[in-house]
Amino acid sequence: MSKKITIEPVTRVEGHGKVTIHLDDNNDVIQTRLHIVEFRGFERFIQGRPYWEAPVLVQRLCGICPVSHHLAAAKAMDVIVGAGTGDGLTPVAEKMRRLMHYGQVFQSHVLHFFHLVSPDLLFGINADPTIRNIIGVAMEHKDLAVQGVMMRKFGQEIIKATAGKKIHGTGAIPGGINKNLSIEERDHFLKGEDPLNVDKMIEWSLGAIEFFRNYQSKNSELIDNMAAFPSNHLSLVRKDGAMDLYHGVIRAVDANGKKILHDVDPQDYLDYIGEEVKSWTYMKFPFLTEYGKEKGWYRVGPLARLNTADFIPSPLAQKEFEIYKAYTKGKPNNMSMHTHWARLIEVLHSAEMMKELLNDSDLQKNNLETKGNKVYEGVGVLEAPRGTLFHHYRINDQDLIEMANLIVSTTNNNTPMNKAVEMVAKEQMDGHALITEPMMNAVEVAIRAYDPCLSCATHALGKMPLEISLYNKNNQLIDRKRK
Amino acid sequence: MTAKENNQKNSKPGILIYGYGNPGREDDGLGNGFVEAIRSWVEDKKLTNIELDSNYQLNIEDADIMARNDIVLFVDATEEPIDNFCISTVEPSDSRVEFTMHAVSPAFVLDICQKIFKKNPLTYLFHIKGYQWNFKEDISPEGKKNLNKALEFIKPFLLNPGSFHSIKDDIAPCK
Repeated sequence: MSKKITIEPVTRVEGHGKVTIHLDDNNDVIQTRLHIVEFRGFERFIQGRPYWEAPVLVQRLCGICPVSHHLAAAKAMDVIVGAGTGDGLTPVAEKMRRLMHYGQVFQSHVLHFFHLVSPDLLFGINADPTIRNIIGVAMEHKDLAVQGVMMRKFGQEIIKATAGKKIHGTGAIPGGINKNLSIEERDHFLKGEDPLNVDKMIEWSLGAIEFFRNYQSKNSELIDNMAAFPSNHLSLVRKDGAMDLYHGVIRAVDANGKKILHDVDPQDYLDYIGEEVKSWTYMKFPFLTEYGKEKGWYRVGPLARLNTADFIPSPLAQKEFEIYKAYTKGKPNNMSMHTHWARLIEVLHSAEMMKELLNDSDLQKNNLETKGNKVYEGVGVLEAPRGTLFHHYRINDQDLIEMANLIVSTTNNNTPMNKAVEMVAKEQMDGHALITEPMMNAVEVAIRAYDPCLSCATHALGKMPLEISLYNKNNQLIDRKRK
Repeated sequence: MTAKENNQKNSKPGILIYGYGNPGREDDGLGNGFVEAIRSWVEDKKLTNIELDSNYQLNIEDADIMARNDIVLFVDATEEPIDNFCISTVEPSDSRVEFTMHAVSPAFVLDICQKIFKKNPLTYLFHIKGYQWNFKEDISPEGKKNLNKALEFIKPFLLNPGSFHSIKDDIAPCK
């Protein structure tokens, strides 16, 4: 008898995912699938709109990481207005955008670690769910919880100062920005009352890495082995091989570190990346076309970025990078749970970059915008918190968008997340007839390592429970559990 | 200076009105629209004890701004079958409400506020009925009517914050 287990969160509008696990008569896992309902209607929605609206309009797509969409669209529009493909902006424009981006990455990663991950680490993935959250952290480790809250606040304030406002920011425009950073704003972040200043953010970032490293050293069997599997890794890197979250060339390496995509121009991404469609999900499966659907899939995000980059261009993060790389003897790290470690190194890097940018007097300059000869097509790629984000637009003679193609980070990680679920399910569920809390937790933790964004475009109202349904091979429901 | 700090001299309780939702999704922006609509009235009345904020969703850092006020009014859209608008008292809750969600509930933020900042503001959630959720910036005509009714309802309480304790006497509670 074949059985199917479904884990399904519920949201108000759209943007949800579920896991189905198919068992055979012996309760062995025969197939797993992670279904994420990606909203594709946005690409059609934006057609017919003036191109200059895109950086603001795309923020409607996601209330979770609107800055990433804002900047990716702006980068694509830079190309269209003739401001170049990353090197044509004025210094103040590029640096304001970078500050906005590092603020976004910082606050997003902080939320993920302190709110979603640290409770798993502090209390164990099988602990009572009522304490496995940041409130549980607040009760047991108040300092960590306070750090999480205040680091989020700092990142949000950076975004507000650079994007102009928290909702539907307008900071980035085609060819530049619409505001610089005042001395007062700068000093607020550099010299703000403790703890809301950038030096404290760096100090706390270092503390978070130390916290994780200590945990990993005591729990290496879990952290090193859970959902670990070899894969390709893809991200932007700077032309000299440095980590660069805002701009660069696209590089991919295989599981052993061999370069399989050699620093190509993001404008040419379609020459190298294809998207496979599968009948059971709306979300596509990107892959490197040279290596085909079976061997060309890749991971994106913090783990991938620390595998593709040769070094990190900020001193404290570079030091941590060297420790991190030494753990795998310089080889790519294929351990999914080490994504948390990589993510915290990026938190530190983002904090360091924010400090460097805040101390740069270019941010107070007034030449905000560049214009050149208009072209009809542009691609904007950046490293969003969850991984590489592609925005691609084509306009017509009336300056209206006639084509849009977006590959979001969670889509890039579609195959790896499915692999992670499969590995954990086989390990946890084989031979088990019952749906147990530890089984659910293990699947959830494996997915969470990738920090997928399941709630595009709007926030969910009310609960977003996990639901497990058990079906026999005739699709008859024989059990259902929810938490 | 926060609204509360600004008004310590006249002892008015600090009130935070926090609307959340995505204004790029029609009526999902009713909470944000409420905040924008009441802003000019607050300024006209010189109600310096009132602090206004708005975002796509609530998150853990909002516990900080809550802790600096005595009364918190969250405003959100709802598609529940209610008449125009309703209000509910928010009690702290430590139950995590998400799978991989990156937003938290008013009850969760209040709980963080209590446990981290040791503050317990009187907290309400104001639900305004919405109807349309597409990729448009505008609130629907029906949603706008509900928004205006909600605005007129809340203004007397903002002028007389002491009456907030009886706010639920004047309105149908949310189910």
